[in-house]
Amino acid sequence: MATTATVHQTKWWSGGKSPFNLEYGKLMMWYFLMSDAFTFGAFLISYGSIRFSQNFWPDPNVVFNAFPGAGHANLPLAFVSVMTFILIISSVTMVLAVHAGHKGDKAGVIKWLGWTIVGGLAFLSCQAWEWHHLITGEHAVLVDGKIDIIGQTMRVNPWGALANHEAVAAALQNTSHETLVNLAHQGNHALAHEQLSAMTDKQLISSINLEELHVRAKGPVAFGGYFFGITGFHGFHVLSGVVINIIMLTMTQKNVFQNRGHYLMIEKAGLYWHFVDLVWVFVFLCFYLI
Amino acid sequence: MQHPAFEEVTIHHHHADDESFHKKVRKTTILLSVITVIELAIGLSIYTIHKGEDPNELLVLMFKGMVCILTLAKAYYIVSVFMHLGDEIRNMIMTIVVPLMLFIWFIAAFIWDGNSYKNLRNTYDKHFKETTMPVKHGQKEEAKPAAPASGKE
Repeated sequence: MATTATVHQTKWWSGGKSPFNLEYGKLMMWYFLMSDAFTFGAFLISYGSIRFSQNFWPDPNVVFNAFPGAGHANLPLAFVSVMTFILIISSVTMVLAVHAGHKGDKAGVIKWLGWTIVGGLAFLSCQAWEWHHLITGEHAVLVDGKIDIIGQTMRVNPWGALANHEAVAAALQNTSHETLVNLAHQGNHALAHEQLSAMTDKQLISSINLEELHVRAKGPVAFGGYFFGITGFHGFHVLSGVVINIIMLTMTQKNVFQNRGHYLMIEKAGLYWHFVDLVWVFVFLCFYLI
Repeated sequence: MQHPAFEEVTIHHHHADDESFHKKVRKTTILLSVITVIELAIGLSIYTIHKGEDPNELLVLMFKGMVCILTLAKAYYIVSVFMHLGDEIRNMIMTIVVPLMLFIWFIAAFIWDGNSYKNLRNTYDKHFKETTMPVKHGQKEEAKPAAPASGKE
């Protein structure tokens, strides 16, 4: 009880000691992370503001439903949960690396830092696949009275409301031969592209099953810019975190921290890495869950 | 206990105690995973509700609110345990947390602004309203009795 009382009465602001009881570098890392939180916050709030100004916004479960190797299977949220768990686990391995550093355990630092780097690279690979899948995706979209096949880019959004069958049937009459071949191919993989190309537009239209063709209107354009902008900015943070962790790993291996007598650098890198995980929690919320 | 590199810093938390540390990390990891699984379950429930014939918008809104609260809980555990902010002294916690309170105004003001812009456009820009308002099942049947009911995905 007596010790608690003395700790409580410590005059933190009377000089001679850090009022935050923290070394300079770590404190500055915290302030940097706070400013970075406002940058991410501003991006996400801007996204929220635009989203609230729209009558329609795509359902994330419809947009993010693909899984590598699963073809056209409808698996909403599956891949992004894998990405989220990768980041949570890599955060845990970072905690263990920092803890090993406190004990001056060089082998432990190398081991856990190594796994953290692996986790970061795995996350980046997942993101690369997801972006590629969204950009190169082929979705039938009703545009100006005809059907176009478009992917999710900065300029167009294929995730509008589902178009009704009447409008789709009418639009098929104005659709280009190439697109019709593509649509017919999506519904019937038995016929090769060349065979379908040889058919007339009328034959192609009759072979297309309207029930299976989920034609949508164009969705809000802002979706692409915000999604690629914010996940890209986060991905860039992950990339720089991986680079920082690789530098920490090399310095540990070269006994830089051992000779210095402490592993405080690992703590600062750890703070940055946890922050990247923290931001993902909010990106996950804003783009994938709500 | 003296800090290894800085005389003006005293370490008051117990990094050395291996067992309690591992217990805390394990507990937090499980907690974060469980919260994430609950969030995913809620996300899929929202998907199922949207797929249905007559989506209950209030229920969807409540689910979304729940996910937001769970996310804040996750953020608290990451910052407090993984980033060790919970182990720092009060001065340190306050110098980070107090500025972050700006977010309360930041989020409220800009969401409100976006919503107000939508309402203004729907009132004064009929073209915007007609071209962007999603058609509900019931309304569509009233407007075009002959049209076949379009199935939602």
